[in-house]
Amino acid sequence: MTARVLTAKVGLDGHDRGVKVVSRALRDAGVEVIYAGLRQTPEMVVEAAIQEDVDAIGVSLHSGAHMTLIPRILELLKERNATDIVVFGGGIIPQDDATELKKMGVVEIFGPGTSLKSIIDFVNKGFKAA
Amino acid sequence: MALRRKTAYEEWAARYRSGNLPPKEDATTMSGLPLQPLYTPEDLEGWSYEEKLGYPGEFPYTRGVYPSMYRGQPWTIRQFAGYGTAQETNQRYKFLLGQGQKGLSVAFDMPTLMGYDSDDPLGEGEVGHCGVAIDSLEDMETLFSGIRLDQITTSMTINSPAAILYAMYIAVGEKEGVSLAQLGGTLQNDILKEYIAQKEYIFPPEPSMRLVVDTIVFAARHMPRWNAVSISGYHIREAGSTATQELAFTLADGMAYVEASIKAGLKVDEFAPRLSFFFDSHIDFFEEIAKFRAARRLWARIMRDKYGARDPKSWMLRFHTQTAGVSLTRQQVENNITRTAYEAMAAVLGGTNSLHTNSMDEVLALPTERAAQIALRTQQVLAHETGVINTIDPLGGSYFIEQLTDEMERGAQRYFDQIDEQGGVLRCIENGFFQREIADAAFEFERKLEANERIIVGVNAYTDGEGGEVPTLRIGPETEQGQVRRLKAVRARRDNTSVASRLEELKTAARGSDNLMPPLLNCVKAYATEGEIMAALKEVFGVYREPILF
Repeated sequence: MTARVLTAKVGLDGHDRGVKVVSRALRDAGVEVIYAGLRQTPEMVVEAAIQEDVDAIGVSLHSGAHMTLIPRILELLKERNATDIVVFGGGIIPQDDATELKKMGVVEIFGPGTSLKSIIDFVNKGFKAA
Repeated sequence: MALRRKTAYEEWAARYRSGNLPPKEDATTMSGLPLQPLYTPEDLEGWSYEEKLGYPGEFPYTRGVYPSMYRGQPWTIRQFAGYGTAQETNQRYKFLLGQGQKGLSVAFDMPTLMGYDSDDPLGEGEVGHCGVAIDSLEDMETLFSGIRLDQITTSMTINSPAAILYAMYIAVGEKEGVSLAQLGGTLQNDILKEYIAQKEYIFPPEPSMRLVVDTIVFAARHMPRWNAVSISGYHIREAGSTATQELAFTLADGMAYVEASIKAGLKVDEFAPRLSFFFDSHIDFFEEIAKFRAARRLWARIMRDKYGARDPKSWMLRFHTQTAGVSLTRQQVENNITRTAYEAMAAVLGGTNSLHTNSMDEVLALPTERAAQIALRTQQVLAHETGVINTIDPLGGSYFIEQLTDEMERGAQRYFDQIDEQGGVLRCIENGFFQREIADAAFEFERKLEANERIIVGVNAYTDGEGGEVPTLRIGPETEQGQVRRLKAVRARRDNTSVASRLEELKTAARGSDNLMPPLLNCVKAYATEGEIMAALKEVFGVYREPILF
């Protein structure tokens, strides 16, 4: 079965190079990718994820707001009984924060320098953390 | 003579291929320009010193904009900094000025850059994170408290709301008794590259251009020491463009500002001397040097021949450089010091006027003081130990560098033609041309990395040893809470009737065609907040949504 993934930039920064490269690599690998674009709020992301019936949400942040915005996405998914949707992320996220986010329920955080292949494998193998 | 030389070349070429190991074919620069293993005078046939180079400080400025370059004065070390509250940043500025620094460079936080007040729900979790939070004139007064604005120059990295922060700075000067003519500094204020790359746009392109032109006109008329716009390739490159695209798109943006300012009634020599540029220095050493040299030569010709500028200052491309943040790796973080040092040297051999070197840990978070100090020391080692400042344009005349400089110039010209064919820069933004070109280049770069056609040490080669744990800087939630409290106090204290009427006057002016700086000054002086002013302008101008493509 083809995986469906919603990718989005949450927060106010506009650094979309990474999310676009990852979106394209996943699409080329046969994943159905919906890129929601810049400055998506957690509410917009969760709404779109449910509407589009995706398997996973991939969020990218470079602004430092990850400890505010990613936990809210998890919270909203819980409220909407949609915790079957997996959340993963990337961007400028310090290691301690990544560890903390994983404890909260984020499946994986891909930092700078992650190979595209490892992200594609992650998606194709059912979103299991390495 | 020529024949004998030719024969010698062929003999070398035969020996080059006859070794036990076949030499690597098809080498290219990082941007894909083909590279020969050796360059000779044959590669520069018909090349003229006078036409292509000239002397430093003279047209076409290929060798540098000043006659004495770093012998006269080394490049300016300008490290970009700022975080937290206006008060914290003010303390930092006073420390820097006490150390002998003459110029300040303000980093604003994301809500300020995007035109939101600190209590806006959209800015939650971002207040004071990547820079200082400024909501009203009160914050700007705090930021520069105890600092004489006629004694320093201030660079402000802000784009969509640049006119508002500019108005606030002028208002602070006025309160200090510093006249418009005495204020010196630079606004980044390059909205075109926001649509193209950094994506901190708010209004649609046309009203945004009007705001930029209003600041250029205002500075040209009243503030001879002010650079109203710093035309930036840095963000274009960081978003994934090639060196040629960075060069071409940046100069194309520059031409768009020149044309818009002429259309607004200025003469080219009234404003062009104060246009400045900002480039990236990436890791492909010679390509970057060629890019900087080509930029100066192209701009000089464009300004003189296309726009008829007569003042030599209008021909000179002065630029700031920052090393490539995007070349840094999370893996083996200390290697980033080495990368930054090579990039800094390329910028200096390319004749940069000022330089920021990145800290090794910026790939993880805001830099710690230790990392920021190593970055600063990297420039000092370059300036005082390596000897690179002693000879002007030391690579000038190299068969290779001159050929590569010509090649960069030709590549940029091909892009100028493509942009013209599509109807200019604004059309190319709206039809997604720039964004698509950059996304394709970024993807191609990653593809080469995945295929191991390109090596990044610690990422896809020599991956043993993660390096030590690197401490990172963090900003606590108190910053945001304190800022929101102060903002609410300003709103309670000011004359709200006056704020409302001045915002109405601004909207009326925005619907017409008068310069918006005077009504903006009225608004900030009544302590209207940045968010309120932006909301008023959004009512008139609307907001921009980009075409989504990847």
